[in-house]
Amino acid sequence: MNYKQISSPQIHKRQSTDRIMQLVLIATLPGALILSYQFGWGVLLNLFISTLTCIVTEALVLKLRHRPINIHLGDYSAVVTAVLLGLALPPLVPWWVVVTAAIFSILIAKQLYGGLGSNPFNPAMVGYVVVLISFPVEMTTWVTPISLLPQGVSHPGLWDSGMIVFAGSVPIDGITGATPLDLFKHSKGLMVEQIYNSNRLFDNASIAGVGWEWANVAFLIGGLALLKARIFTWHGPVGMLGSLTLMSMLFWDAGSSSSPGSPLMHLFSGASMLGAFFIITDPVSSATSNRGRLIYGALIGLLIYIIRAWGSYPDAVAFAVLLGNFAAPFIDNYTLPRTYGHSQRRRATAKETDKNV
Amino acid sequence: MMGKMILKQITHNGLWYNNPALVQLLGLCPLLAVTSTVVNALGLGLATLLVLIGSNIIVSLIRQHVSDAVRLPVFIMIIATFVTITELLMKAYTFDLYQILGIFVPLIVTNCAILGRAEAFASKNTLGLAALDGLMMGLGFLLVLLVLGASRELLGQGSLFRDMHLLFGPAAEAWLIQPFGNDYSFLVFVLPPGAFIVTGFLIALKNSIDQNKNNRDKRERGQPVKGIKRVRTTGYIR
Repeated sequence: MNYKQISSPQIHKRQSTDRIMQLVLIATLPGALILSYQFGWGVLLNLFISTLTCIVTEALVLKLRHRPINIHLGDYSAVVTAVLLGLALPPLVPWWVVVTAAIFSILIAKQLYGGLGSNPFNPAMVGYVVVLISFPVEMTTWVTPISLLPQGVSHPGLWDSGMIVFAGSVPIDGITGATPLDLFKHSKGLMVEQIYNSNRLFDNASIAGVGWEWANVAFLIGGLALLKARIFTWHGPVGMLGSLTLMSMLFWDAGSSSSPGSPLMHLFSGASMLGAFFIITDPVSSATSNRGRLIYGALIGLLIYIIRAWGSYPDAVAFAVLLGNFAAPFIDNYTLPRTYGHSQRRRATAKETDKNV
Repeated sequence: MMGKMILKQITHNGLWYNNPALVQLLGLCPLLAVTSTVVNALGLGLATLLVLIGSNIIVSLIRQHVSDAVRLPVFIMIIATFVTITELLMKAYTFDLYQILGIFVPLIVTNCAILGRAEAFASKNTLGLAALDGLMMGLGFLLVLLVLGASRELLGQGSLFRDMHLLFGPAAEAWLIQPFGNDYSFLVFVLPPGAFIVTGFLIALKNSIDQNKNNRDKRERGQPVKGIKRVRTTGYIR
């Protein structure tokens, strides 16, 4: 190995929790911008409502728990949860869905377990799953991407979006429709080629659905920037995207009527990139060691594909992440890294395996 | 005087201090599975109460005559007998409710709260005490089921006392209350995760009441009260 010779002074960069969280927030910007361009004001309203609710809930619970509010709110972790949740929820969903999801994220999934650093599950995904299984009608209505809107129809403006979200007024026809993954789920018996030709979501040589692929590319760019800034290692995302690619290649079946879609479609549709770079890289609820993260990511990718292809939900990132969170302590137990100065990897001691020993 | 103390203690044990659902955490399967409405909770709670009193009485009566080696099968046989009786009664008088509760009525046999009382109390105490223990433990379980059923029905379906006619005849149909309107629904609380969440909150509530009372007593006696301990998330305090 050829190490670069660096002479002193070696400058140590500050890498505190709030700095990391700020960088994560900045990295979601391209994705958030593309999403709001493609799907209208609903995205920004989601972000706004969920951020407000998360911060208020966090402050209230911290007060109840007699914890310093400024310090814990100042680490931006509640805002990151809120932003990830806001990006995951469908645009123009009623405000109470967002509020419920945000309260569950912060109150139940994070603070009840002891706050940041003690939560076994990813808070944003818990909130998302709670509203997904509770309000299926609201949660499965997605807005049509901008280029597919019917002639003369545009996304509702800020005022109209607010009326839809807060006052429950019904959006005009044509601005909601199926997502690409929805379409694949409900077009059993059609060849992939036929699905592509039959729906405008795949117009103009689009591989993963108009609007969706660009949002995913934007999240990929944001994620790569975070990787470059060494906020997380490559192991989690590579594990997840790798196993997702492998599975979709294995079952691609040359686009026959039983094919669940091409690898490219699975990589760039739904919440794949958001999940790979922003959700499974959560340092609290994921596995800890590099090898562990590779396995953890691969497990989540595998589960995403299984649920997408053969489960009853069109997208599966949230469910897969929660199942992966369950497995993380187990993975950690078997992937202890070699400690510096030792020639072999250590086995987990009884004390580490069972806290009650 | 002594006898009164014991009666009071048994009552307190069953309803609060040793509550089967909140402290012993026994019989969680029916607790979590059927408490989606008040009427389900009440139905199953009453059935369990009946079985518990019956089995406690019989176990207490035969406690001198059954050898230790075969006691568990004998207890289970007694419990199963009472479950069968309850099942037949429910089939006869509340058939619709019996069909809704389904497998969970026969499953009362496997409710460890009942076997636990037979083993821990009835097989060591006289008839009267065993019957009272069965009644109080059963009531404690029933009350938790009711609170759980009411909160889950209210949070999940936005109603209270839905379908009460299954248990109390046609007049009870008018008892239905819907404070949030007709189309309210929050599925998580109808599904099993809601049962876990609400049960968790009930246990936390009970523990916090106990802790507050404990601290207050200590203060009155002039003893020092420990502050809230910081929960460490890394490392172990030995």
